[in-house]
Amino acid sequence: MTAAIEAIELVKTFGRDVRALDGVSFSVPQGTVLGLLGPNGAGKTTTVRVLTTTLVPDSGRATVNGLDVVRNPDGVRASIGLAGQYAAVDENLTGRENLRMIGQLFQLSRRDATRIADDLLERFRLTEAANRPSKTYSGGMRRRLDIAAALIVKPPVLFLDEPTTGLDPNSRSAVWEIVVDLVAEGTSVLLTTQYLEEADRLADDIVVVDRGTVIASGTPAALKSRLGETMLDLTFVDAEHAARARDLFIGDWPSPPILEHHLLELPVEAGPQQVMVALRRLDEAGLSPVTMALREPSLDDVFLDLTGHRAETADEEQEMVR
Amino acid sequence: MSATTPAMVAAVATAVPRRRPRPVRVLSDTWVVMERNLISYVRIPEQLFFSSVQPIMFVLLFRYVFGGAISTPGMSYVNYLMPGIFVQTVLFSVVSTSVGLAEDLQKGLIERFRSLPMARSAVLFGRTAADSVRNVFVILLITAVGYLVGFRVQTSLLGYLEAFVLLILFAFAISWAFAYVGLSAPNSETAQLMAFPVLFPLTFASTAFVPASSMPSWLAWFAEHQPVSILVNATRALMVGGPQADTGHWVTMSLVWSAIFLAAFVPLAVWRYRRTA
Repeated sequence: MTAAIEAIELVKTFGRDVRALDGVSFSVPQGTVLGLLGPNGAGKTTTVRVLTTTLVPDSGRATVNGLDVVRNPDGVRASIGLAGQYAAVDENLTGRENLRMIGQLFQLSRRDATRIADDLLERFRLTEAANRPSKTYSGGMRRRLDIAAALIVKPPVLFLDEPTTGLDPNSRSAVWEIVVDLVAEGTSVLLTTQYLEEADRLADDIVVVDRGTVIASGTPAALKSRLGETMLDLTFVDAEHAARARDLFIGDWPSPPILEHHLLELPVEAGPQQVMVALRRLDEAGLSPVTMALREPSLDDVFLDLTGHRAETADEEQEMVR
Repeated sequence: MSATTPAMVAAVATAVPRRRPRPVRVLSDTWVVMERNLISYVRIPEQLFFSSVQPIMFVLLFRYVFGGAISTPGMSYVNYLMPGIFVQTVLFSVVSTSVGLAEDLQKGLIERFRSLPMARSAVLFGRTAADSVRNVFVILLITAVGYLVGFRVQTSLLGYLEAFVLLILFAFAISWAFAYVGLSAPNSETAQLMAFPVLFPLTFASTAFVPASSMPSWLAWFAEHQPVSILVNATRALMVGGPQADTGHWVTMSLVWSAIFLAAFVPLAVWRYRRTA
């Protein structure tokens, strides 16, 4: 079976020295969700734009649904849906008009486009707002309309470029449910996100990009197990107490503790048993932490480990827009 | 809170895209984009209102403030003025071509269009066609205002209609230059500002409001030969006529200039659209 998406050594530069993509390769099997993860400017949106034919790569090859994105862009366009930060709806048109227009531009007859628009509006609970200009919509409604617009022709491959950036938790989980439903129907999805939780929740596979290159890939579980340590986070009244506590765990502790000012991060992969040992040791030294928390590894940690910096949470991606 | 249920998912209908010959697709996509642009214009009534106020102000300004000091041989000033106002108004209104495209680019609509299996050229044709439709209403409005302040077509209804078509065609041709500007501008505000250094000298250093003979000789030469004056002269000849009206010459020259603009700027704008990443 051909892969839903295949990217091979994609390179794209902007101007003289911005290498937005520096040899990106990955593959998305049919019916799966790939989470493309990375900080602002990592090359996520550029990747999506190459794969959705709105940007021609300098070199490398990519196929979507078995069709070459450079040689057969119209074929690709007819078989994809795109929703994302830069693929907007017209805010002066109503929800229905927007969907009908996009349907017609997918070469549906006006009648079919209207019928499908109405179906999608109902499916995404926008029927009541169908005849209002979309600029009156809430952020969550607008995003649902945006995703509806990507589903007009039931595309086998769907691109969601940061579909929940800037949404409140309720709207975010509504979008997640939509994605889960679509995948259950057999749609393949490429999802870019800055939210590790989102990738963790939705993606079958994750590709982490940073500065235009793939720096890691695998299932969420595999990525997490790469740093598979459970951490005991202890804070102390000041840095000096924390340092004294740290000294108790140097030498014989299986892996070294990390000291960050008055926060001590203590690896405790052996579980509760090891936590008790740690606490007893602190007690004997007359040191008691102010707060204490047990932390399972998150993709956040993976990210930090891989890129040397935390995932950024800025609202807008600063990648080249044009 | 749940947005969908599996039952709703199953209910969504499908339809098969039509396979149509390319010219049909171009026309139909252009129509869809044009319709969308026209809906947008109507949805922002305040923009429509204020863009109509400006030409009316110019009519009043020249008719009642400056008009008394300008002498025009062979015809009353209001009859001299109004053809100039028609030209100025249709020219100024093509700024909306560049502003509209810059906005679409900024807001990500162009990106959406690019990802659709539609005719590439339809995005630009749909915009320039919508602006031509808008100009039809603008000309009708200015005609009404003109009649209120004493303007009368001196030739015939046919002359007026010929001028009408000529104005629309010329503005359509020029709007392709503005499409190029809109696609090159960093944002819609700049797109708007970029228009004026071009439009102002072309409109005011022309025969639209004053006879070129009243200008210093170097400027008079420019004013007599530049394309906007040619369109003004053609419009004036068709609507007002007069003993020295060389109607055939000016109309032909206006058509030639429209053809030049189309030949130069349609490929340029399309190239820019394809290149704009």
